[in-house]
Order: sequence, then structure tokens, then C-alpha cells
Amino acid sequence: MLRPYIPILFLGILGAALAVVSVLGGGFIGPKRYNRAKLDAYECGIEPTEQAVSAARFPVKFYLTAMLFIVFDIEIIFLYPWAVAFGRLGLFGLVEMVAFLATVFVAYAYVWRRGGLDWN
Amino acid sequence: MTQAVLAEPAPLPLPDFGSEPWWLIIIKVLFVFVFLLVLTLLTIWGERRVVARMQQRLGPNRTGPFGVLQGLADGLKLAFKEDIIPAMADRPVYLLAPIVSTIPAFLAFSVIPFGPTVSIFGHRTALQLTDLPVGVLFILAMSSLGVYGIVLAGWASGSTYPLLGSLRSAAQMISYEVSMGLALVAVFLYAGSLSTSQIVDAQRSRWFIIAVPISFVIYGISCVGETNRAPFDLPEAESELVGGFHTEYSSLKFAMFFLAEYINMITVSAVATTLFLGGWRAPWPLSLFSWANAGWLPMLWFVAKLCIFLFIFIWLRGTMPRLRYDQFMHLGWKVLVPGALVWLLLVATARALSFRDFLLYAGVPAAVVLLAWAFWPTGGRQDRPPPPVERGTPPRYPVPQLDAEPLRRSAGKEVTRA
Repeated sequence: MLRPYIPILFLGILGAALAVVSVLGGGFIGPKRYNRAKLDAYECGIEPTEQAVSAARFPVKFYLTAMLFIVFDIEIIFLYPWAVAFGRLGLFGLVEMVAFLATVFVAYAYVWRRGGLDWN
Repeated sequence: MTQAVLAEPAPLPLPDFGSEPWWLIIIKVLFVFVFLLVLTLLTIWGERRVVARMQQRLGPNRTGPFGVLQGLADGLKLAFKEDIIPAMADRPVYLLAPIVSTIPAFLAFSVIPFGPTVSIFGHRTALQLTDLPVGVLFILAMSSLGVYGIVLAGWASGSTYPLLGSLRSAAQMISYEVSMGLALVAVFLYAGSLSTSQIVDAQRSRWFIIAVPISFVIYGISCVGETNRAPFDLPEAESELVGGFHTEYSSLKFAMFFLAEYINMITVSAVATTLFLGGWRAPWPLSLFSWANAGWLPMLWFVAKLCIFLFIFIWLRGTMPRLRYDQFMHLGWKVLVPGALVWLLLVATARALSFRDFLLYAGVPAAVVLLAWAFWPTGGRQDRPPPPVERGTPPRYPVPQLDAEPLRRSAGKEVTRA
């Protein structure tokens, strides 16, 4: 049952080999000329922001987008097997899926109304 | 009886990939690997040449005939550049990110069919590395994994611009993945399968671009957003974010991100070809002859269709200005997602009522109207009326206004000159 995945594994090994050799090999081939400014974070020449990551705060919108993505991605995961089996389900499958989509659509309309989809 | 009407011609059973002789598997794996690398190099060259022509330049023409080795030369140059790891970077994650980004890019291509069954050294085999009952789902899963590479790269760089670029990139990719996934459902409704070879098989009589045209349009728009290409290349908006998530990467690590981006572009083009343009099947007048769909020739059709898509990617980059981030999110969440949902319901209803031709006659004009609306010069959303033009004393000869007085009065507003 897992046999069709063997070629994928081979391709993955080949891709990983290329990536690992490139990432590690780049350090050996290229020149090394130490310079403190070179190792600083690049911010167009000004003094870099202290602790860009650990103190970083970014808009909560990104979290909201991720949450919305999960809702819709799960919806899509339900849609795929339904679409494949649609020929056998017939009208029953259609009615069931319309009911499901309507439920998700209520949440979608709510998010839209509350401005969750606006980006300012 | 609905059942009888809905019943499709029975799909071909999946060939027994993985049980083939090991030498055959290795030949195919090497072929896909080399195909992706060579096509990437050619795409980089082709992109620079075509965009140059669109901007009335010549483009690279020195390395090799017509400059065709430019991509290779760039790669070699990158290999001999200094490999910098910033002091603020989180070293293990920083090194891992390009690898995480590259491997799924290769894997996603593994289920794409190149052609029908042929004979290689006396062994009958399909021109396809492997196929899974969940083939398209596998492709989507791999393209989602690519997001990890980008997020980790931005986070591990320890720098402001890459962090913002990677956040934008992640938000953009997951937003457009939703409409991409929704657009594909209509194809599965028609094909009754998620396996790529069976979907190609289901397009024997009619390509899905004709059966479900709006899905094709939605998929086409979302895959440009999904691959972070212009006009949706906001994560790499040079004017505001320097280079985006890979600002701090140099040498071959940067080359890996570049490679992954181009392979992703090739993969989404290949998926579009397979799901909507009949995969390796010959285009219409030729498809009447049986020789056009047998043997090695279909590989030519496949690569030709792939190249058309790659050209469209380049064409878009040469033509369209970059969107603003809020416009971009608006398009994704408020236009493409509901559009895809409504279209899906239409397709499902038409299928359940076995009312097929409705889609053909209503869908094609609808797609044309949609595209015309999108490209209509004034069709876009006008946020605010243009500010009134303020005129000082008119100069006697045409010079740009140099006096500061009108500019200061309109501070904060856009200054437009007629």
C-alpha cells in the first residue's frame, strides 16, 4: 500500500542532498573576510533594531488570518472526499453539502460584517 | 435514474508504481530531478529575456548562445560568494530554513504525469514518477509545507525586514491556498478522483478548462498569489521590505530559496496543465489522430502547455504593477473565496440534476465577462476621488512647479499635476 511512496522518498533524498550540500558547502567554497558590520542585521545602513525577534510585536491581523485559514482549510478537506464520491451520493450528497456550506457561510458573513476581512 | 446518468466511464486503475524494477525508478527519479533543475535555469533565462524585450532592452545575451547559460552562470557566481550568517541569527533554524523550503518543492512535482504508457528498455511503464489515490492532495500538502521554510527563514534571521516579509508571505500563501483548494473541488466533481493520472484520463473528450472555466480562472489567480509572484509579490516588495524573507541570506542558501520559488512556479503550472488543460493530451485538432496521444509525443504537448503557463507568469510580471496589501487581501478573501464557493455550488447542482450543458453555455461567457471586468481600465475599486489640482500663478513656459507654497498647503494630500 505504501509502495507508490518509494519513488517520492527517492526524490526527497535527492532534493535533500542537493539542499544540504548547498547550504553547508556554501561556507567552504566562498571567501571569508570578517567585518563586524557585515554580520549586523541589514537595515539600510542605520543601526539595527535591538532584538528584532524576541521583542517583536506584529499585528494581530496575522493571527486572525491564520485562524480563518484553518476554518476554510478544514471545510476544503471535507469537500474533497465529497467531490470524489459525488457520483454515488447524487442529490442526497448535494443537499448535505449545501447544509454544511450554509453553516460555514454564516460564520463567514459574520466575520465579514465585523470587519475581520478588512486590512487597514 | 440519476445514478446511471452520473456514472462516468470507469477510471483506469492506478498503475502499480513502486513495484517496478529499481533501475526504472531511479531513471525516473533522476529524470524528474534534472528536468526541474534544467527547466528552472531556462525559466530564469527566459524570464530575464522576455521581461527585457517587454521593456525594450536586450537582456542577458553573452553566456552561451542567446545567453541561455545565464542561469547557470548566476548559480556558479552565487556559489563563490561569501556565506554570511548574521550575528543575531538563530543558527540551526537559519541553516534549516532553505532545506525545508527546497525539499517540498521537489516532492510536489512527483505525482505529475508526463505522458501515457511507453516502453523503456523493453519494460512497459507509465511516463510518471508515481501516482497516489490522493495525488492532488499530496501536491497541496507539499506546497503548504513550503510555507514553513519561509516563516522559519524570516524568524531565524533576527532582523526586522525578513520577519515582516515572512509574516506577509505566510498570510498571503495561506489566504490564497483557500481559494486554490476551493477552485479544484469542481475538477474533482467531474473527474471523480484525486489521482492525477485518472484526472488526465477523465479529460479524454473534454478538457476541464471548458467544463469548469471559472475554476480555472480562480485557480490561475490564486496560484500567482500562492507562488509570491508579481503582481502579488508583496513579501518581496523591494521598495518597502528590501528583499523580504531572504534579505539576510547570501551565497548558495539564497540560491536554494530562488530554486524553490521557481520550482514552485513550475509545479503550479504543471498542476494547472494536468487538471485543466488535459495534461499530456494533444490539443484539439491533433487529438483526432490516435498517434498524437501515444508513445513519447505527449511529453511534447505537456512541456509546451507548461511553457505557456510559465510565459504567462513572466508576462504578468512584465505588465502588472504590484498590488497594495489591503487590495490583495480584499481580492483573496472577499472576491475569490465567495466566488469559488458559489461556483462550486452551481457546478454541484448542475451535476446532480445532470444538467451539464448549462455550465458549458453559461460558464464560458461568465468567465469571459469576469476576465473583461478584471482587466477593464476603470473596473477596479476607486478608493477616493483624485484631489483637486491646485494651481498657483501659471508659468509662462512649461516648467515643473518649483515654488514650495502650493506643496505646503496640500501637505498630507497627494499633489497631482495635470
